[in-house]
Formats: sequence, C-alpha cells, structure tokens
Amino acid sequence: MTSPLPLSSPSISPIFGRLSLDALPLHELPVLVAFAGVAVGGIALLAIITYYKAWGMLWRDWFTSVDHKKIGIMYIILGLVMFVRGFSDALMMRAQQAMAFNGNPGYLPPDHYNQIFTAHGVIMIFFVAMPLVAGLMNFVVPLQIGARDVSFPYLNNFSFWMTTAGAVITMISLFVGNYARTGWLAMPPLSGIAASPDVGVDYYIWGLQVAGVGTLLSGVNLIATIVKMRAPGMTLMKMPVFVWTSLCTNTLIVAAFPVLTAVLALLSLDRYVGMQFFTNGLGGNPMMYVNLIWIWGHPEVYILILPAFGVFSEVVATFASKRLFGYTSMIYATIVITILAYLVWLHHFFTMGSGASVNSFFAITTMIISIPTGAKIFNWLFTMYHGRIRYELPMMWTVAFMLTFVIGGMTGVLLAVPPADFVLHNSLFLIAHFHNVIIGGVVFGMFAGINYWWPKAFGFTLDRVWGKRQFWLWVVGFWFAFAPVYALGLMGVTRRLSQFDDASLQPYFLVAGFGALLILAGTGAMFVQFFVSFRNREKLRDVTGDPWDGRTLEWSTSSPPPDYNFPFTPVVYDNDAWWDMKRRGYVRPTTGFRKIHMPKNTGTGVILAGLSVAFGFGMIWYMWWLAVVSLVGIFAVAIGHSFNYKRDFYIPVEDVVRTEDERTRLLAGEGVSA
Amino acid sequence: MSAQTFEATANGETPLFYEVEEHHHPEGSSTMLGFWMYLMSDCLIFAILFACYAVLGHSYGGGEGPKQLFELPLVALNTAMLLFSSLTYGFAMLTMERPGASVRAVQGWLIVTGLFGLAFLCIELYEFSNLIHEGAGPWRSAFLSSFFTLVGTHGLHVTVGLIWLVTLVAQIGMHGLGQANRRRLMCLSMFWHFLDVIWIGVFTIVYLMGVLG
Repeated sequence: MTSPLPLSSPSISPIFGRLSLDALPLHELPVLVAFAGVAVGGIALLAIITYYKAWGMLWRDWFTSVDHKKIGIMYIILGLVMFVRGFSDALMMRAQQAMAFNGNPGYLPPDHYNQIFTAHGVIMIFFVAMPLVAGLMNFVVPLQIGARDVSFPYLNNFSFWMTTAGAVITMISLFVGNYARTGWLAMPPLSGIAASPDVGVDYYIWGLQVAGVGTLLSGVNLIATIVKMRAPGMTLMKMPVFVWTSLCTNTLIVAAFPVLTAVLALLSLDRYVGMQFFTNGLGGNPMMYVNLIWIWGHPEVYILILPAFGVFSEVVATFASKRLFGYTSMIYATIVITILAYLVWLHHFFTMGSGASVNSFFAITTMIISIPTGAKIFNWLFTMYHGRIRYELPMMWTVAFMLTFVIGGMTGVLLAVPPADFVLHNSLFLIAHFHNVIIGGVVFGMFAGINYWWPKAFGFTLDRVWGKRQFWLWVVGFWFAFAPVYALGLMGVTRRLSQFDDASLQPYFLVAGFGALLILAGTGAMFVQFFVSFRNREKLRDVTGDPWDGRTLEWSTSSPPPDYNFPFTPVVYDNDAWWDMKRRGYVRPTTGFRKIHMPKNTGTGVILAGLSVAFGFGMIWYMWWLAVVSLVGIFAVAIGHSFNYKRDFYIPVEDVVRTEDERTRLLAGEGVSA
Repeated sequence: MSAQTFEATANGETPLFYEVEEHHHPEGSSTMLGFWMYLMSDCLIFAILFACYAVLGHSYGGGEGPKQLFELPLVALNTAMLLFSSLTYGFAMLTMERPGASVRAVQGWLIVTGLFGLAFLCIELYEFSNLIHEGAGPWRSAFLSSFFTLVGTHGLHVTVGLIWLVTLVAQIGMHGLGQANRRRLMCLSMFWHFLDVIWIGVFTIVYLMGVLG
C-alpha cells in the first residue's frame, strides 16, 4: 500500500525534517577551516558593501538589471568564484594522491575524498564552465548582431539567478550535511536510496535541477535573439562565427538539457517515492540511467567547446588582421559537430556490452567528429598564414589551445576505438583526455575571450605582464599536471582512487601535484592581473572602443557600451561588418538621435531564485512545509509578475545626446593627442 | 528598407551604415518562436518518458500488467474530456479573432475549457487512487513507475495549464483583449493543444496497445 521509504519515519521532525546539529561539520577540521574562511570572507564582503552603502546600487544597477552586458559580467563573476571552489577540490585531490602510498592513508578520509571528486566535477562543469560560456555569449552576442538586448531580457535575469541558486544549493552542502559520493553523474544503483540514503545525492539533484531551469531558458532566449534580433543586412551567412557557434550551442542546450531534467526527475522519483526506474528489483534498469544521462552528457561537452571555437575564430581573424579563412566551411563544420554530438553518446560506455555492431556504429560516428574539428584547426592555421600576427594575450591563448587541443583530440580518437577503450575505460588516461580537451579547449578559450572582450566590458585593457605570467604558468602547469596522468592511465591506474599500494607510481603523482601548484600560481596571477589592471585603468584606458582593430560590430560602439548598445541600429553588408565600415569610410553619426525603447529592470528573478533555494533545501532535508510554502511562493510571485504589463520605458533623447556627445568629445581628444 | 539598400556599392560610394529611424522590434515579436522552442524542449521530456515506458512497460516485477489494470471505458471518457476541452479552447480563439470580440464570450469559452480540463484531472486522480488501492502503486514495478510518471507528468502539465487559464481569465477581464493578452492566449492555446497531442500518444501507446495489443 505505501511506499517503502523512510520519508515519514518517526526520526524525521515535522519542522526540521532530517536536519539536526549532527549535519553541521563540527568534528571535521578541514571543513571547519573552509567554513571559517567562507564565513569570514563573506562577512567582510557584506561589511564592505554596507560600509560603502553599495547595497542600493548593487540591487538597482546589477541584481535586478535586465541589461545583457551586466548579466554576462555577473555570469563570469559567478564562474570565477566557483572556479576557486572547484580548483580547491582539485588541489586537495592532488595532495591526497601524492601522499597516500605505502600504507599512508593520506589526510582525507575516503568518505570525504569521494565527496570532493564528485563536487569537483559537478562544480567545474555546471558552475564554472557553463556560467563562463553563458556569460560570454550573453555579453557578446547582442553586441555582435547589432541588437539593443536579448529577445527576453527579464527571462535572462531570471536564468542567471536560477544558475546562481543552483550554485548556492551546491555550496550549502559543504557546510550543512554532505555532498554526493557518487561521481559527477551520480549513477544508480550507487545513487539510489538504498546505497546513498543521506542528503548528498539530493543536494546533487536539486542543485542541478534548479540551475538547469536557468540554462534551458537562457538557451531559448539566445536562439530567439539570434534568429529574430539581427541587424538589417546580417543574413545567416554574414553572422560572426561566435554568433554561429552560440546558435549551435544554444540549440544543443535546448535539445539536451530536457533530457537531464527528465533523468534526474526519474532518479528523484526512485529516491522520494520508491519507484523502480533504476533499482535492481521489480523490473528496474540501472543501465537506462547511464544511457539517458549520456544522451545529455555528450552534447554537453560540445555545448562547452563550441563557444570556445567561436572565440578562437574571432581572435585569430582579429590578430592576424585578416578575414577568417574558410568562413563557410567553418560554419558547416560547426553544424556537423552539432548534429554528430547526438550520435556518439554510447562511446562513454562501450564496456556496457551492447555488442560489436552497436559499438562499431558509435565508434565510427565518434571518429567522424574529428573531421570537422580538424577542418576548423586548418582554417585557423590558414588564417594565420601570411597574416600580420600580433601576439596579444588572446592570440597567445589561441596558439596554446591549438597545440594542446590537438593532442587531446588525438587521445580522444584513441579512446573511440572500442578494443582500446576496453583497456582504458575508467582509467586515468580518460581523465587526462577530458581535462586535456576541456582545459586546453574550453578554459583556454574562456581566458582568450576574457582577455579579448575585457576592454569592451570595462573600457581598459588587461595588464600584459601579469597576463603572460598567468599564461605560461597555466600552460606549463597543465602539461605537468596531466602528462603524468596520461602515463598512469596507460599503466592501468583507475580513476577516483584515494590510496595506492604500488609505491612506484608515486613520482608521477608528485609531478602531477607540482603541475597543480603551477596552475594555482597561474590562477593567482590572473587575479593579480585583474587587480593591477584595475589599479592602472587610467593608463590602460581605451577611448576608441576598438583597441584591437577589430572586425565585428561590438567594436563599433564605445567601451563600455551605453545601455542601449548602439544609438542607431547598424546596417550590415559584410561578415566582417565593422572592418567593412572602417574600410569604406563610415562616419560616426553625431546628431539626429532619437529616444530609445528599452526594457525595465525587475527584482522578480532574484526573488524566484531565492524561493527556489528554499524549495530545494526543503526537499533535500524532508522539510515538507518549507518545500510546499516556497513552491506556492514561486507560483504566486510568477503569476503576480504576469500582472505587470508595463515592462518598458524610453531612454529620453537628452540622455542619448549627452552620452553620445561625451563619446564625441573623448574621440576628438584621442585624435588630438595621437 | 528595400533589399537593394543592403547590397554593397560597387563604385566605391559609402553606403548607409546605420538606420536613421529608430529600429523597432515589435513587442513580443519573438514570443511565439521562443514559446515553440520551449514546447519542443518539453516534448523531449515526454519523449524520454515514452522511451522509458517502451523499455520498462513489460517489466511487471511479478505484478499485474495493463490488461488486468486498465479500464478502457474510463479512459475513453477521460480522453473525450480532454478532446472537448481542446475544441472549446479553439472556440475561445475563434471568438477572440472576430472583430469586436466580447471579453465575456472569450472568458466563457475559457471557463468551459477549464471545466473539461478539471474533469479530466479528476477522472485521472480517480484512476490513480483505484490503482494504488488495488496494490498497483508506482513503487510496485518498473512498468507501474513508468506508467504513473508518464501519465502523471501529463496531468501535472494540465494542472499548470489550468492555473494559467484561470490567471488569463482574470487578466483579460482586467485588461481586455489587447496585443499582450492575445499573445498570451495564443501561447496557452499552443500549450493546451500540445498536451492534447501528447495525450493521443499516451492513449494509443499506453492504453490501447496495452489492453488490446
């Protein structure tokens, strides 16, 4: 009659659910230290904001902003903050694996170690890579297509806050309760209620479900923006490559994230209602989970890499001062990758035993993906060929990407061979491979993008000296950290081990740990670079809005761009629109401005995201009253918001004239001093 | 703007690189496209649930199967309720499109639609409670898990649709049938018919093929 679950057992308090003081990590020193650090840092931050009376400004100008540029910047801040957490996890694992030999158990108990490798994977993919990618797309795409904002500006703000809410839920697990010990994809039956009865997997589920809402809506939003909001004259085949890769990435998001939502919902039903989807008894099928999650999971890696490919395309053309080689083939390669992304998921589990024919099909589709990817690499190389290359920081990251990523791609093709995969499956070779393509591709791409578009966002370029230090420490550190991991994988070491018997392996782990320290120093150099550049911002100031002699529309407006991006909507004749404008005598208009129609800010996104955190927390801890109250609250606020019909306003023409006259003055000043 | 404006000028003249008039994206011009994409993503969720049902639909775990559990007459009645509700929603939209459409008439059709929807939900809940009392709850077997989840997710969508419908009845009462409200009615219309299409799949694959197949 009733479900066989402990949901209503007498040990569950009607008010606090299964939450008790035991859930706080009072007896675990490392967590207490982390908690103290976060608490002191957090209180200090709040105190500084209060001291400078910045709350009103933050709320009005940032948190409630529907401006795609500010939302993009907030996404990137979220990604960098969460990177600190995810990278701390990496350092802890490297330290543990470097010391746990010869009967030394290391400093992390296995239970804790398992949570760390799970949290590292989840945070790096969902709350570092995704926000960085979403941030760049949000900031750049509307500027590159000559639009004033995205199609659904309010939804954009809501999406950002839902992603943040997912990150908050995940972070709470560090201090209240614990996190999943299952690995980043939480495979059942390990993640089922029998093997993981506590809150860890529930934190995993609700953190991702809440963030997933944001990701999906942001995907819908950017597709609609790219399809509907392009400047006149910008046909599909005149769009900048970054816009194209964003379009493909968001298509993948809309077509893949519902699968994740569904599969996590099914896992929740198993855990909360006692259903039998992925259980071992009464007809359940755990392998179905593996299939379903990888149907989302494989497109996910292309969701991350395609925007990075877009960044490199923009950077190479700009810094080689040449039109991109093979624009059309670049676009078709991107589309082919988008389609193939759905036809390869089974290569993640060749060992499941689907049989030789099925494995061969997925092996071949996987290998075919290297063809369009290789075409892209050649296009970038041919763009550089006979170009006047300027080795600014974004270009350095691009070259490092090409050298690093090609090797990661080759080890990928190696893994795509089923007989080889049977040997290497779940080994450290796989770990080295995907870090090779994600760090060498996505992370380098994001660094290239941040260095490239920073002057557009803030009006001053980033410091080159510290940027180079970051670059060399990261690139060299990456190879120190992962070359030994490749070797260990070939020797048969499997992933996720916290202790080792074979002492001969230790030197490799020591070298990998040294590499991680180099990356730590590189990360420090990046933050110093931000700080130094901010301090020297007057010296690094760019008043032209076009510091790199750029080719696309975002460089045609001021840096930072005004709220309305462009005083007049640009008209496009060429795929390097701004380059074309500069070559054919474009004169910036200084009169005839009109009032500009813009969307109004709203706090609804913040409120809904806050309620979602409360809802997730209630579900995780079986505090049913909290879950019900916050769910009702979510509906009430959303419906209440729909009764507001006045969501836009006009920027008065005087404001536009004042902003544009200021730019005219600055440009003239630049002309005199030059 | 004529198409010719966009052609690069061959004789070296500087073309017009910006629009002098304020470029207007009519409010809500992207809404239909955006909503379609949302619907298709929702459709994918149902695709996953159908796939699970296809895989697990015969895993009875030693319990009863569709032939013993499902009552086709009840399901036929339920299907009729939902199909009628789609028909009456269609009438609401036709009424809205007539020149000088009365808010009252549109509201009336919407309320009739809502009542049919409510009847559908009540019959579904009655069916669910019967099954649970017979010892065929969603935890009994993988077949029943996938059945309850597929049908229940559809029911959850109908519930959300009903809340939305009530909201819209209030909103067109307050603001009439302006552009914004017409757009909202269009979106709910697509949502409602979409649920109908999903139900046709459920009715065919789960009930008809389960009992008669």
